[in-house]
Amino acid sequence: MAGNCLQAVELTTSGRPVLLPTEIECSLLSAVDLECEDLPNFPHLKSGLLILTTHRLLWLPDSTTTIPTASSSASAIPLAAVTHIFAAKKSIKSMFHSPRLRFQLSVSPEGRVPDSGLGSRSVVVTVVVRGKGDLDAFLSKFWESWRGRAWEIGDEQGSSDAVSGSGSASSSGLYTREGTVRMVGVSGILRKEQEMWESTDKSLQDAFQDLNALMSKAKEMVMLAEKMRQKLLSGSQPNDEELGSKQEMQDWMLSVGIISPVTKESAGAQYHQQLSRQLADFVRLPLERAGGMMNLIDIYCLFNRARGTELISPEDLLQACSLWEKFDVPVMLRKFDSGVMVIQNKSHSDEEVFARIKNLVTKPDALRNGISASDAAITLGIAPGMAKEHLLTAESKGLLCRDISPDGFRFYINLFPEIDPNDLYLVKDYGIYHTWLRAASASG
Amino acid sequence: MQKLGDFKLPQFFNYPPYFTLQPVRDTREKQIQLWKDLILDYCKTHHIFVIGLEDQEFPLFSNPAIERSLTYEAREAFLSALVAQGRAEWLDKSRRKCLVLWHRIQDWANIVLDFVKDNGLEDSVMTVEEIRTGIESRGTELHGIDRTVLMRALKMLEQKGKLAIFKGTTADDEGVKFSI
Repeated sequence: MAGNCLQAVELTTSGRPVLLPTEIECSLLSAVDLECEDLPNFPHLKSGLLILTTHRLLWLPDSTTTIPTASSSASAIPLAAVTHIFAAKKSIKSMFHSPRLRFQLSVSPEGRVPDSGLGSRSVVVTVVVRGKGDLDAFLSKFWESWRGRAWEIGDEQGSSDAVSGSGSASSSGLYTREGTVRMVGVSGILRKEQEMWESTDKSLQDAFQDLNALMSKAKEMVMLAEKMRQKLLSGSQPNDEELGSKQEMQDWMLSVGIISPVTKESAGAQYHQQLSRQLADFVRLPLERAGGMMNLIDIYCLFNRARGTELISPEDLLQACSLWEKFDVPVMLRKFDSGVMVIQNKSHSDEEVFARIKNLVTKPDALRNGISASDAAITLGIAPGMAKEHLLTAESKGLLCRDISPDGFRFYINLFPEIDPNDLYLVKDYGIYHTWLRAASASG
Repeated sequence: MQKLGDFKLPQFFNYPPYFTLQPVRDTREKQIQLWKDLILDYCKTHHIFVIGLEDQEFPLFSNPAIERSLTYEAREAFLSALVAQGRAEWLDKSRRKCLVLWHRIQDWANIVLDFVKDNGLEDSVMTVEEIRTGIESRGTELHGIDRTVLMRALKMLEQKGKLAIFKGTTADDEGVKFSI
């Protein structure tokens, strides 16, 4: 909109900001106002959530209390446009005020934050913290991110990738850029390959030296994984590994890599809420693949694998899931009668699953011998535990009934309603009872 | 179709879930209904009055063709349902034996009356044993009737003034004087 001098921020369905490719969240403050007296068109940003990332300052309206309006929609200030951060003033006056910090922002003559580079005017923006946030910690992170200039690294990589085009390793670009002679011919290729291996090997070794190193390398690892995935995708040599393992490898690569996991350190008091939203975004894809429902344990494993080093506890996961009720997210936590908990799409319908189960149990073989949870799991493409829950739910709806014998626990299509209580011997020559009888007598 | 002695079994007897007590209410109610009917039919055909729960002596409770049999819990559930309906009675507190009334006592009383009329015994005297095993009752449902059941029917008739029961010469036999 014309009045807003800040950049707009896109939000995910669960209300989390969409981050740039290499952007990482660093800190969070809640109940924050942004003010700027120098600019008349500065938006009205009251009592929202301020997120500091390596690239930007993001201001989000508090979705739990206010309906986002045009004047207070999610906004971003790129750190590149920040020209100075003022040290916190310690004065008597500040004791009575809400804590605040100020920074200088470079804007274009019309008073807009530029997309790149610096503008010609400088204005001062004040951050007023009305909630209970650790402003000092935020300030030091702010400094860190601002000085880190992560956006420049990101830009550089982006442009070098664009130049080299065919997905070659960025290290190979160094040669030409620095003007050294590039090796040519087979020996050149071999040498390059060798160097790539060495650097890969080195980054792997570095990564495992200690946890801190691992943390700092995590991003590189994710990029490496991504690169390997790309290579696997493009690699089409006929003597390659079999296709199945390649596919599997790709899947593994894909499941690595929440680049900016919500952590207790970065989110503070907002931790569970933010975690909950990030989780909601994360589970969408795996849920789709699993047919709309997944075991909580499976989600726990997937989520932690994607987070890499910033692991969360089962309690945190459960709490994050139970917070979904309060947000408008497309997924929900469901508890079965047996106590098994799953995550499912809100749009997921049991009817659809029942239809598939019914289809399964009315096959001649299943009519004769029934089905076990593992049979259902194979056909429905879900975990046996989950399949059993579905079967039990179908049973409670009267679709199935059980058979417990030395052979195990099996389910059959429910014939009881079909049997005429006034004539035990009557079998109508249509309907499922008749079909069952034909299937059963075909075996004997 | 399968037979058990002279008894023709219904098709669903080969349906494995029929032998597992169903946990879902609606399904279970229907299952119990079907078992009650089948037990009564079977007992009537084979003239069985007492069902023992513990042993495998009651053939209806298992189906070798599909290798299924009822658990003790299931047997007790089905017989309890018959008891609740007044079509059976537990013979002991531990519920190991069950008396099945495939005719209600009222019906048995009517059968006794018909028997008396058919044989012209309106004013005669008979012993209880004679009714159960005597030559007159041969070929009727009264032949081989459980003594407990017969005594109940006779007592019902006595209350209505249709007969009088009196102690016989031996302790274990009683006499009946009809006065219809």
